[in-house]
Amino acid sequence: MSNKQKGDPETTGHSWDGIEEFNNPMPRWWLWTFYATIIWAIGYSIAYPAWPMVNRATEGVLGWSTRGEVAKEIAAVNEANEAINARLESSELSDISSDPDLNNYAVQAGGAVFRTWCAQCHGSGAAGAPGYPNLLDDDWLWGGDIESIYTTVRHGIRNEEDPDARWSQMPSFGEFLDKEEIEQVVNYVMSLTGTPQDPSQVDAGREVYMDNCAACHMEDATGDRMQGAPNLGNAIWLYGGDYDTLMETVTYSRFGVMPSWEERLTEAQIRAVSTYVHQLGGGE
Amino acid sequence: MSTEQKSPKPASARKRFSIIDKHRIIETNATLLLIFSFLVVTIGGLVQITPLFYLENTIEKVEGMRPYTPLELTGREIYVREGCYTCHSQMIRPMRDEVERYGHYSLAAESMYDHPFQWGSKRTGPDLARVGGRYSDEWHLDHLRDPQSVVPESIMPKYAFLERRMIEPTYIVDLLKAQRAVGVPYTDEMIEHAAADFMAQADPDSDYGGLQERYPNTQVRNFDGAPGVSEMDAMIAYLQMLGTLVDFSTFTPDASR
Repeated sequence: MSNKQKGDPETTGHSWDGIEEFNNPMPRWWLWTFYATIIWAIGYSIAYPAWPMVNRATEGVLGWSTRGEVAKEIAAVNEANEAINARLESSELSDISSDPDLNNYAVQAGGAVFRTWCAQCHGSGAAGAPGYPNLLDDDWLWGGDIESIYTTVRHGIRNEEDPDARWSQMPSFGEFLDKEEIEQVVNYVMSLTGTPQDPSQVDAGREVYMDNCAACHMEDATGDRMQGAPNLGNAIWLYGGDYDTLMETVTYSRFGVMPSWEERLTEAQIRAVSTYVHQLGGGE
Repeated sequence: MSTEQKSPKPASARKRFSIIDKHRIIETNATLLLIFSFLVVTIGGLVQITPLFYLENTIEKVEGMRPYTPLELTGREIYVREGCYTCHSQMIRPMRDEVERYGHYSLAAESMYDHPFQWGSKRTGPDLARVGGRYSDEWHLDHLRDPQSVVPESIMPKYAFLERRMIEPTYIVDLLKAQRAVGVPYTDEMIEHAAADFMAQADPDSDYGGLQERYPNTQVRNFDGAPGVSEMDAMIAYLQMLGTLVDFSTFTPDASR
């Protein structure tokens, strides 16, 4: 049944139901590409680290290594930024924003630092989360001028790794006051910015407040930045301003922690991220 | 079909390559093809894998590495159980962007006590190779309970149940022995004190001197802030030690790797 015609290539000799298979040679372009890859492989294994020997692998005539490459890349970027980083480090903090070049660099570099190291708590847009302050508004616990922000970033808050960390601790008033007094003072605090749970307790709460809270949060409830005592009169709440949350805050107190960044970031990075945070909207 | 096709090379020209033409023998004999295929794969495998065990380029001694403490090891078991590795890698590659974001690139020796290793292959979440000490315990607690409370754009599931599941060191000795069987150098002393060490690490009021002697640089804290040892304690203890053992201020990388 073979339809083999004159001039057809040889067959493999296999025949399935009369269907035969031509034994064509590989296409020439394919064959030459294959030979080219072999030649490439030889060249490559001479140029780059390749063959395992007795103790070490061959290093390749180009001297390339993954680690060398990354070190070179980092060094190149550091060198390119060296001049402007030096300027950033030697400028007065308050002068950075008036130097357009420097300010532009600091904000961009600071934004990168912020998104890498700060966004997990303060949010990628710096709007904060319950327990982690919003950095966009003008309500600052420890001060919103550039020097204060710089100090906060550099040393952190209530961490044990840095002796210069900002430190204050609200007592757990559950240990000093009875539940009734705490309910009264919570109602008073709520009355400052909204509607208390039980208006009849506000007057009594005012007294408890003046005796126990005013020393840090001030008589007019505007807070004290020297001690990181929040302003209670502006309806901005770090943990929440509803009755249950305030009861918990007063009874057990809170202890927000921020790490010290001095060891992890360079001076230039700390200055850059401080500038970035300062220009977000709330900077003073 | 056209009859004017190029005719193949004449048989006489092919004879010169008769050795190369012998592949026909292999191709037409299934058993022979199988044997030779195995041979090729074996040689390829040996050449690629064997040198990794003796080459100086691949064996790098690094100071500071120690086996996991019983509590950290339990946290690691939970990490594996919950499939954290499907979204988080533990492998910082030697590239500038990764080093800038995550810290020093990972060293092979840093995974030497990981059985199995947790390098992962996909990053839906960030790399965790050096997450230790990067956040506070409170942050980890908030984040594991409800990741969206601190990172609104996160798609990580909630793991609040970890803090409700109290754990006992019932099988910790078996776990340490299993790790020892696959090459982790747990000493008899470590295995003997495993249960006590397990409890001590999450209790800052305990006598944890022995624990810190057996496992240098061990962090002892009440990780979840609640009484007792929960899976949350183990998990945070594990996360807080990741990547913290090697002191990179004293480490000099050998460039030829």
